[in-house]
Amino acid sequence: MECTGAYILLESLKREGVDLLFGYPGGAVIDIYDELPRHPDIRHVLVRHEQAAVHAADGYARASGKVGVCLATSGPGATNTVTGIATAYSDSIPLVVITGQVPTALIGNDAFQEVDIVGITRSCTKHNFLVKDINKLALTIRQAFFLARSGRPGPVLIDLPKDIVQAKTEFIWPEEVYMRSYNPTYKPNLNQLRRTVEELSQASRPVILAGGGVIMANASDELGMLARRLQIPVTSTLMGLGGFPVTDELSLGMVGMHGTYAANLAINHADLLLCVGARFDDRVTGKLTAFAPKARIVHIDIDPTSIRKNVAVQVPVVGDCKLALRGVLDICEAKLAEHDWAGQHADWLKTVWDWKASKPLAYHKGEHIKPQEVIEALCQLTKGDAVISTEVGQHQMWVAQFFSFTRPRTLLTSGGLGTMGFGFPAAIGAQMALPDKMVITVAGDSSLQMNIQELATSVACNLPLKVVILNNKHMGMVRQWQELFYKGNYSCTNMEAQPDFVKLAEAYGAEGYRIEKSEDLLPVLEKAFSSDKTALIDVMVEREENVYPIVPAGAALDEMLLV
Amino acid sequence: MQRHVLSVLVENEPGVLSRVVGLFSSRGFNIDSLNVAPALEDGVSHMTITTYGDSMILEQIMKQLHKIVSVIKVMDFADVPAVEREMMFLKIQAEGVMRGEILRTVEIFRCKVIDVSPNEMTIEATGDHEKLEAIISLFQRFGIKELIRTGSLVMRRSKRAD
Repeated sequence: MECTGAYILLESLKREGVDLLFGYPGGAVIDIYDELPRHPDIRHVLVRHEQAAVHAADGYARASGKVGVCLATSGPGATNTVTGIATAYSDSIPLVVITGQVPTALIGNDAFQEVDIVGITRSCTKHNFLVKDINKLALTIRQAFFLARSGRPGPVLIDLPKDIVQAKTEFIWPEEVYMRSYNPTYKPNLNQLRRTVEELSQASRPVILAGGGVIMANASDELGMLARRLQIPVTSTLMGLGGFPVTDELSLGMVGMHGTYAANLAINHADLLLCVGARFDDRVTGKLTAFAPKARIVHIDIDPTSIRKNVAVQVPVVGDCKLALRGVLDICEAKLAEHDWAGQHADWLKTVWDWKASKPLAYHKGEHIKPQEVIEALCQLTKGDAVISTEVGQHQMWVAQFFSFTRPRTLLTSGGLGTMGFGFPAAIGAQMALPDKMVITVAGDSSLQMNIQELATSVACNLPLKVVILNNKHMGMVRQWQELFYKGNYSCTNMEAQPDFVKLAEAYGAEGYRIEKSEDLLPVLEKAFSSDKTALIDVMVEREENVYPIVPAGAALDEMLLV
Repeated sequence: MQRHVLSVLVENEPGVLSRVVGLFSSRGFNIDSLNVAPALEDGVSHMTITTYGDSMILEQIMKQLHKIVSVIKVMDFADVPAVEREMMFLKIQAEGVMRGEILRTVEIFRCKVIDVSPNEMTIEATGDHEKLEAIISLFQRFGIKELIRTGSLVMRRSKRAD
């Protein structure tokens, strides 16, 4: 039987396990939308901006571990997806982004709503395709999902010209997918694992640096087992938070620019750094030449390009984090079962715990509500059992510092690209993936306004998600830099001209709350959280609070400014 | 900074050249020369890229090239026994008494004259990178009016029978 391209697309998505599609219709994809009602297994979520469709698919992927899928029309629809795609690419999130394209005969003619989206997204996708032959459509979709979810995951874009969607052919689903030029390494080299164990057995001041790769590879259990068995303190990057419980005594919390005193000092005094699924981003390392100056480095990563890109490494291990950690544990058990690990690191652990106790994360209470207080209240109310998405800026760092993340996939944040406007649509995707979970977006007043139109989506879908604004009427992080590094020249960071967020929420059909006094914090949050509707809570916080510690850009990790 | 000649086998599909070239420009790597043509196998193209960099940069270039989904194989010929050739055309100022000397230089370097006019000669030269550099510097004194080069080709030498 002959089927249309639109049918083949939707049937293929179904076979890839897709039950949710975030999208926005338009001329080039109207045939797909025409077919959609005949595929009730796929739920379509109508967003209010294509960028939000990608972020929502991204949030869905981060929260569920599955591939997120979104659909946009050609031209402006396609260009609106670019920020979302680049966000997902920076954080290695598996997405399949489908864009419409003008009919093949018109490609290159500057047709209406034509844009070379394959060219535009070449540097921010793992791979992308322009389908020019309907007989290759099913295979292309199969390959796109295979690429998105395997190896180091990432976004893959499929550009579908309108005539391909309309054309007919027989639907043949390729059961097998094989690409000779793509073959990621999962199983780590045994010799490198042996060398890792050797390094570990000789180290007296080891530290584990855990990144987002631990969460991607579902390797949290293995990481926990290794850290506890070998008694090694663990620091996490922003993307790694949740991969190891910060409540564990071995946890030193987040490392880097806004990392803890203990984590940053531990890195700079370590004699061995076991880096698992992190890529030595500049926000993590600070000044490279002064990063971990005394340490030998073991680097486990599935992407060989991450290794020796920024930092010289003594033991590179290419492979899946879960398999590598499992392998290291197995060798330790087989060869060093009687080894006294706790004894080997006793002095070091004492030093690290002293650092942790002497300068914990702190802030001073004041006349106005402190943003850190709000995060602590959220943690208390939810008992840490919630999925938190953030926008980008000061509030993001306060969430990272003051919310106790204990489980993987509970912090959804744009770590690599730092995309303002990510958090709220990502929460929509996460709530769709986990309908019974408490999902909260913590937002700044500036970031939220970048995708606030998605209130309509959240209300239309009856999502119970909560948006908590830490409202300082500033572009807070930039303001902080202006205060600390630009002599208080507060250029264009005052955001006093802003909507009444409570009324705005109500106008969209959501609930709106405002909190101005500390004593109202818990009761009002509790009331908002008990509602089964989308609720926005506008918390007026101290306007000039800064995030501490801070390592100035370009300084060494131990050159922190403390509170 | 050592010179490296990389041989890259890629799937011959639309956009593959921009994937490779885009990688070099977006990551700030240098391309000294580049040539692309179909390989022996159908559907496969062969790129030869010459670049400069220290060992850490070269390692990144190799890994990043490998990471491109359409790239099948990457080889660096810096430390491999290989034959390397490049072709170039030189249009030389060639008037009166200089013509004889130009022809003698052509002879010595085993170049070929492929076009002649009353006051110009076009010369075809083939050789490895160093040889072409030497030819250019020798012809400079006659006056080079135009120069065009193909970029290098390399192929691994066959194993010698012991």
